[in-house]
Formats: sequence, structure tokens, C-alpha cells
Amino acid sequence: MKLDSKIPSGPMAEKWSRHKQDSKLINPKNKRKYSIIVVGSGLAGAAAAASLSELGYKVKCFCFQDSPRRAHSIAAQGGINAAKNYQNDGDSVHRLFYDTVKGGDFRAREANVHRLAEVSVNIIDQCVAQGVPFAREYGGGLANRSFGGAQVSRTFYARGQTGQQLLLGAYSALSKEIARGGVEMHTRTEMLDLVVADGETKGIITRNLVTGKVEAHAADTVLLCTGGYGNVFFLSTNAMGCNVTATWRAHRRGATFANPCYTQIHPTCIPVSGDYQSKLTLMSESLRNDGRVWVPKKAEDCGKPASQIPEADRDYFLERKYPSFGNLAPRDISSRAAKEACDDGRGVGPGGRGVYLDFSEAINEFGENVIKERYGNLFDMYERITGESAYKQPMRIYPAVHYTMGGLWVDYNLMSNLSGLHVLGEANFSDHGANRLGASALMQGLADGYFVIPTTVANYLVTQKPGAVTTAHPAFKEALEAANGRINQLLNVKGKRTVDSFHRELGLLVWDKCGMGRNRAGLEEALRRIPEIRAEFWENVLVPGSGSVANPELEKAGRVADFMEFAELLCRDALDREESCGGHFREEHQFPDGEAKRDDENFCYVSAYEYSGDLSKPILHKEPLTFEEVHLTLRSYK
Amino acid sequence: MALLNLHLKVWRQTGTQPGHFQDIEAPEIPDHASFLEMMDIVNERLIRAGQDPVAFDHDCREGICGMCSMTINGMAHGPERGTTTCQLHMRKFRTGDTIWVEPFRARAFPVVKDLMVDRSAFDRIMKAGGYVSVRTGAAPEANEIPVGKEIADAAMDAAACIGCGACVASCKNASAMLYVSAKAGQLNTLPQGHAEKDRRTLAMVRQMDAEGFGNCTNQYECEAACPKEISVRWIAKLNRDYAVASVKELVGAGRQQSQAGE
Amino acid sequence: MSSLQDSLSRFYASSIGKKLLVALSGLALIGFVLGHMIGNLLIFAGPDAINEYGHMLHTMGHGGLIWVARLGLLAAVVVHIVATIHLTRQNKAARKDAYGKEATRVASSASRIMIFSGLTILAFVIYHLLHFTVRVGNEYNNPALYTAMLDGQPVHNVYKMVIDGFSWAPASVFYIIAVALLCNHLSHGFASLFQTLGLATNKTWPLFQKAGHAFALLILIGNCSIPIAIWLFGYGR
Repeated sequence: MKLDSKIPSGPMAEKWSRHKQDSKLINPKNKRKYSIIVVGSGLAGAAAAASLSELGYKVKCFCFQDSPRRAHSIAAQGGINAAKNYQNDGDSVHRLFYDTVKGGDFRAREANVHRLAEVSVNIIDQCVAQGVPFAREYGGGLANRSFGGAQVSRTFYARGQTGQQLLLGAYSALSKEIARGGVEMHTRTEMLDLVVADGETKGIITRNLVTGKVEAHAADTVLLCTGGYGNVFFLSTNAMGCNVTATWRAHRRGATFANPCYTQIHPTCIPVSGDYQSKLTLMSESLRNDGRVWVPKKAEDCGKPASQIPEADRDYFLERKYPSFGNLAPRDISSRAAKEACDDGRGVGPGGRGVYLDFSEAINEFGENVIKERYGNLFDMYERITGESAYKQPMRIYPAVHYTMGGLWVDYNLMSNLSGLHVLGEANFSDHGANRLGASALMQGLADGYFVIPTTVANYLVTQKPGAVTTAHPAFKEALEAANGRINQLLNVKGKRTVDSFHRELGLLVWDKCGMGRNRAGLEEALRRIPEIRAEFWENVLVPGSGSVANPELEKAGRVADFMEFAELLCRDALDREESCGGHFREEHQFPDGEAKRDDENFCYVSAYEYSGDLSKPILHKEPLTFEEVHLTLRSYK
Repeated sequence: MALLNLHLKVWRQTGTQPGHFQDIEAPEIPDHASFLEMMDIVNERLIRAGQDPVAFDHDCREGICGMCSMTINGMAHGPERGTTTCQLHMRKFRTGDTIWVEPFRARAFPVVKDLMVDRSAFDRIMKAGGYVSVRTGAAPEANEIPVGKEIADAAMDAAACIGCGACVASCKNASAMLYVSAKAGQLNTLPQGHAEKDRRTLAMVRQMDAEGFGNCTNQYECEAACPKEISVRWIAKLNRDYAVASVKELVGAGRQQSQAGE
Repeated sequence: MSSLQDSLSRFYASSIGKKLLVALSGLALIGFVLGHMIGNLLIFAGPDAINEYGHMLHTMGHGGLIWVARLGLLAAVVVHIVATIHLTRQNKAARKDAYGKEATRVASSASRIMIFSGLTILAFVIYHLLHFTVRVGNEYNNPALYTAMLDGQPVHNVYKMVIDGFSWAPASVFYIIAVALLCNHLSHGFASLFQTLGLATNKTWPLFQKAGHAFALLILIGNCSIPIAIWLFGYGR
């Protein structure tokens, strides 16, 4: 298999405009004949479904939640980047492009990233026109802030709920198109499998989560906008329903999975408080603008209340290690630094897995009211969860899995190697390399949905006769039977352990061996244990109830079964990538001062795995990465 | 960390069949757990005991997706102000407490199973007019539409609505006015939404009525239950916008102008 | 014309449309309640004052204006009641299954019994009209008993009628109960109508609320002072 990224020729800054020029057009009359399936209704899915419907395509959109507005994009707090340079601080498309490539530790495709930076400005225009209530200056112009490791203020935000506001904007556009009849919306409907008919992706198999009915849907192309796989770790900041099923099933049908080991750990989450815990809560990274991160210098001080530890005995470790970025050092670096401090026995709070995020200095300088205005909702949330007031004592934070940069491999048109399968947003691998910068996820989801796919999807559709394949094709029958068979299999194990207990066991293992720090011995152990856990799952899982009614346990079981398979690929990729880059930190590959040691000579490529039929033997394909504009340098934030 | 021993009275229902309360004992619940984590523990025990676990909606568990519901001790999202069920923590309860756990009850929110209800009526209200009709790519440069900070902040106050339906569940009349007023109010406040203001207001209110929600009697239980503490003054604004739009429709103001233009 | 009718019927069919009608008719009735009370308080200014006031009401506009006012009030009452009954029925239907455990956080008890207080007030108003306006089951229409001289002209003796009317304990008791319920009704309804008319803002609402409570109290004290003075303290007897 040859992975052709289809990067347009020409200078970097002209690639996207040239590609738009060269892309195929379908006349409005014919667009109506093409149908498109969009799976997922987050930023990428809702934006794509609405925009494609506006163009005239017949769209069917699916989400497992009870409303498209609940997709997990909604939880993003901090903001969205755009190269508007409203602040006159020297920002530009090129600088956003450069920061993103560098931030991704040179493991992203330059051309994709440049396109992302280019369309970032259109996204803000679009969202404002939809009525997204971004923060404003008194004069009526848009406000910006600096965010997550950027040295310019290019982040647009809507209080602490930018994700919700952008998603509601996309959802409103989607609602408009549903009303117009351009989009047929299927809520509480989960995709179980992808249908590939004669080499072309032509549909999906779904289960109605209310009636249990398993159905086939055919279309001329399928868009997966199904988010990331962070819940493989069980505890993450993802929503409970986030899962890998759509992309994993596509992988099993032939789509290559790229860079699964690139997972992002977010430095500012509320620490774990007990083993009943079902998820971790992120506190917006914007808190690091005013909060100072520290731990006690001496391990014996850890048990004391923060107020009793004198200034001289505090280790502001980010400021110490990274003087120019300080508390705003990129996510992977901040997270690892926190882990090191805790590994060193200097962590605070129950279990010793936490560091302080201290606002006392900011409160002294600006007053409590200013801090309340900036972060009031976050402080409230912190107090609800922990029962502690961050106005009175420092917050305790610890890193948690937050975002996954890996995903299905796609070319410049966002099409996977599997013909007719397009993948958008977090579900693909393309724009963030080995590490995503803050406020870039929202940007990518909307870029893909609003501006990229409406242009590029036609390049595939023109090669297809509309409606050529229907659900009468044998491939649908086969996929339907397989999906039903799997449901019955899950229900018929009738073992002794609950789905959650397996998920928790798997997640703890993967977090332990393939989390913030990874090494050969640990990964090899994980690769031994995962198939064992998986085997026990299929022999001993207990799924109550039946498949013909609403059955949340059955839904979870299907998702966890796929995580069990996916986890192996994740660890295998982490083992294979003998370097440290971005969110992937191999302990064997570090500088003496603990910094990540990238190996550009041997690993400057995208790892794309093909399913071989044997989970333990995926076939690795390499897409070499070349850097024309940004020179490969050591990513230093000192 | 303390452990709580609780008695639950949980509503059990399958589809349209009549439901009932089931008494469930919930011993040794950590007080640091969230309410939904308490339900997870209960379900884990029910499953192991060979019983049907309690179905409930939930997703983000950080108070923003609006998926979780539950009326706890007669209060939508439970007793803590400005808090969703997923963010309610067990330290708000005492050992020995009896806790009533019911679905959000409203004719317009039919029960799907146990504590899960169908809130698609909200989506249909949005479909009726909860948007600005702007095509992708047809937007002007963002800073060409100046929006004063006060206006933007007010719109943001309304936009904070997470569409959970607690307003309906807590209203004595199962009215959706707080939701509709927040959704319409956000766009009606902003200059971007001005062109379609009357059309939007009339359409959304009519769809709200068609869904079978009750009427607002200005008791403000909704505001007290709203996890985002949306103000009932948005309802006053919706009333005003609706009155203006109705009068304009009555006298045909918009149409006359368009006919004059033809 | 038919499109106007369409628009009107759609307006009435809508929840907010009916509520606006309830608010507007409520506002008219509040105006009446206030005027009625001020007029009645003339009883404390002596027989001539209230008799003159009664005579003026009946003769202004050659006796036509009172009918205009009566028909207007009747319309307001009908709209207020018909619309609220419609709304209440819809509200009951909107929550067809009650909660097993019912809790109330902020709704005032007055707001929760509006339909009950309103219908009781209606019953009282009917009784009150029969008592003092139509004057059935009593002798108040008998010119031989209830005629007073005002500037040498015979007029209806309103003063004596009111004194006699409230001298009978059951009438006074019913009156006081009804006014108390009216006060309760107004304590929610007065401010509420400004919310429904869309005039309440975060700044004006507390004022409306205070004004509503003050107004309700004023109505209670003003109206009840009459039967209490007559029945309990023997004023005018």
C-alpha cells in the first residue's frame, strides 16, 4: 500500500488556494443527487453537515447523544486560535503555522498546518456572524488573550466555555439545515460498523439506542467526525461516551490508523480522589496565565497546609526550568514536569499525585474581583468537586489525558486510504503532530468542517455515480450480520464482571505503562497484559438486559471491546517509536536534563498501521515528513 | 473521607408502560463521589446481583453538555444552586438520608427508560428559528460588526444555557420559557440576529407551544433550578419581543414595507 | 381581513399571547380595584360625599358612561378568567405525571393558588354585585327606604345601603375573606404583569415587586377598613 498524501505542489503559502482552484466542481443540480453520511455532531461533524447541506448535498448526520448539541467539543473551555493579528503583536498566518508545526514537535504535515492557519481567520468571521458571543472590548471589537504556550495574543474566547459557544454556533447552522430539509438528523444512534462495497466506502451500520434496532445506511461517501480515543485510559477528561468504535471499526475495514501513540496529557486537571472516580475534570489552561505552579522543595513539607510552607521552601519548578515560558510552558512539558515532581515524592494532596496552582500573588496584585471575573466559573467548579476554595488556598492540579493527536490517516483532501472514507477533526491525525497547542483543537474541527471538506469532498464524489450502491449490496448484509452477531456475543457471555471493571483495569494499565512516560519494559508488559484482559473480557463480561431496548451497559460493552483491541495498537506504536516527541515520551530517549530527545534521522515519519487480521501484527506504513518552511530544530522552551 | 449509608427511591419505567418507585439501599458511598458516581456504584452492585441497572443520561460529567438530568428530592439537578447532577457531590448529603431520584417530568419530555427522557422538543424549537441564517463563507470580517461589551456580555449570559431542561422539570407548569427565552434572547440581543428577530421569536414560541409545554406563571422555579443560573429577565424580554413581533404581524408592518419595495 | 383574524387567533392560541391578555386585563382590573376603593372610602367622609359620588357615577354622560365602564370591566373580567382557565388547563396537562416527591424552592404560596384565589374572588364579585348593584334579596332598591336628599334632589342613599349591608356579619366576613384573597392574588399578580408585559429588568423588577406588595397591602387595609368600621366598631349605625 502506498500512502499518497496528495500535497499540492507550489509554494507553501499558495498550496491551499491552488488546490481550491484545481479541485473538482459539481454543478448545483447534480449535488442534490449525492448523499453524504456524517458520523458525529461535534465541531467537525456539525460544521461539515451544515456546510455540505448548504451546498446542496443530501446529508444524514448521526450522533449517539440525545441532541447534536451535546457532542464533547462542548466541553472545551479556553479558546480558539486565529491569525487575525487584532492585537498588532506581530501575529500572522505564517507565525501561527510556524508555532503549530513547532508545537507539534515536527511530526505534523506542513501543508495541512499551513491550511489550518490560513482558514483560521475565516472561522472567526463565520462564528461571529452566527452569533457566537465572543468576549469583546468596550469599543465593540473582539478581545484576545494569550494561551497555552503562545507568545502572541491570538486566542478568541467566550468566558470559560468557548467550546460550547462554538458548538452551539455550528449546531444552530445544523438546525437551520435540518429545518430546510437538507440534513436528516439521527440522534441516539451509534455507528457500529463501516460498510465498504467493492473497495469504496458506501455506508454505515448503526444501532438505535432507544429501540435497539440495528440498521444499514448507504451514501456516496462517509465522513467520520467521531473525536478521539482518550477514554482508552478509562480516566480522562473526555466525556463518558467518547469512544474509538467508529475509527477502530473503520480501521478493521481497511483504513490505516496513524500515530496512535501521540496522546496529549493536559497539565491542569483536578487530581484523582478515589477509585470510584469516573472521569477527570479539566481546569482551563488559561488559569496558568495568573496561577503559579509549585511543590514544596522538601518532601517532608508535603503534608503541611500550603500556607505554612514559606516562600523560600517552595519550588516553582516551571519558572525554574523554563524561565522564558515559565508557567505557560507547553502542555506536554508542563505535564511531565509535574509528574517528575510527584515521582520525586514532592506531590501534594491525597495520594501525593498533585501540584499546587497558586493564585495568591495574582489576587494580591489584581484583587479578588478581577480574578473572580477571569476565572470565577472555574473556581466555582473546583470548589464543587473538591470542597476547597481556590481563593483561600492553592488549587491542586495533576495532568490527565485530554486529547489524542493520532487518528485515522488522511490525505490533503481529508480522505483516508480507504476510498470514500473522509475523517475530520480529532478523529484524523493530520494537523497537530505529536502535540497539540492550546486553543487549536476547536480551530481544526471547524476548519475541517466549514472550509476544507466542502471543497475537497467533490474530488472524490466526481469519481462516483450518485446512489450507485444501496443497502441491497451484499456488503451491507454482511456488515449487518456481523454487528448483530457481536451484540449477541456480548449479551451471551453472561460472566461475572461488569463492563466498567474491565474498562478500569485496562485504563489503569495503559495509563501506567503508556501514559506520560513510556519505556520498553513497561510497554512490553502492557502488550502482554492487554490480550489477557481482552480474553477475560470475552469470557467473563456481564452485560445485563437485552439488545432490543435502551441498554446503556450494552453500549459501553461494545465501546470497551473496541478499546481492548485498540489499546494494543497504541502500545505497539509507542514501543515502535524509539524517540521522544511531543506527547510521546520514551524514558530511554531523553537528554541528561530530562528533556525529550527527538530522532529526526530515523523517525521523521507518520506511522500508519494497517489491520492485518491479527491484532498483534499490524502492518506499519511510513509516510515520510519533509519540512520546507520550518526547519527541524530542537524544540526548546527554555 | 466519610462513607454514607443512603436509601434511594428510584423511578423505574420502561418506555410508555407505567412506572414505579424502587427502594434501593446504597450503603458505603464515599462523600467525595459525585451523584452520578454514586449511581455508578449502585448500578455496579445491581448488575452483580443480577438486577437491571438504572438507566440515566450523562456524558461530559463536567456540567456543560447538559445531558444529565434527574430530579433529586423534588429538585431538578438536586439541591445545590447552579449545579448539574453530575457536579453535585455526595458531601451535600448526610448518612441515613432518603433520596428520591426521578426523571425530569413533563408531557413534552416522555420517559425513554427509568431516568432517561426524550428532550428532542428542544431541538425542534431550535430548528424553528434558533439560528442566524448565514451560509458558511458568507460572513463579513469579524470586526466589521462591532458589538459593545455590555451587549456581548448580556448575550453570553443567555448563551450559557446548556439545554438540560431543568427549567421545564422544575416549573410547576412544565413550561420551557426559560430555555426558549435564553436561546431566542441571545440572538435577539446581538446585531447579527437582528434581521430575523421577529420571525425567530414567533416561530420559536409557536414551536414551544406545539410541543405541549405549559405556560409561564412567573414563579421562577426555573431560575432557581437552572445550573447556569439564567435570569428570568430573559423571559420578560421574550414576552416583549413576542408582543412587538405579534403587533407587527397583526398590522402587517414588515410585509407592507416589502410590498412597497416590490 | 381573514389574515388579520388569523393573526389574532394565532396570537390568542399562543401561550405568551394569552398571558399578555391576562396581564393587560389584570392591569385594567387593578385600575378598577384602586378606583373602587378610593370611591368607597368616601363613606368615611359622610353620607353626602358618597351619595354624591354614587349619583355622579350613575349620571355622567347621561347615564351612559357607567355602562361603558361596566362593559369594559366585564370584558376585562371575561378575558382575564377565560384566558387563565385555558392556561391553567394547559399547565395541568403539561405535567401529567406528578413528582413522587414535590419540592418548591422559590414560588410564593400566593403564586401557587392564583386560580383558586381568582375564582373565589369571582364568586365574591358575583355576590357583591347581586348585593349592592343589582340589589336582590334586599330592600336597597326600595325608594321609600333608600332615598337621600342631595342639594334638594332625591338620590339613592348609598351610605345607608353600605352601612346596612355590612351590619350583617356574614356579608362583612365574606367581604373580608374575599379582600384578603384579592390581596394575596395581587401580591403575585401585580409585579407579575410587568414581567409578562416585558417591562421587568434586573433593575426594575425589585421595584415592581415592592410596589406590588405595597399595593396589595393598601387594597387590603383600605377595603377592609369599611366592613370592620361598620360591623365591629358600629360606624354609621
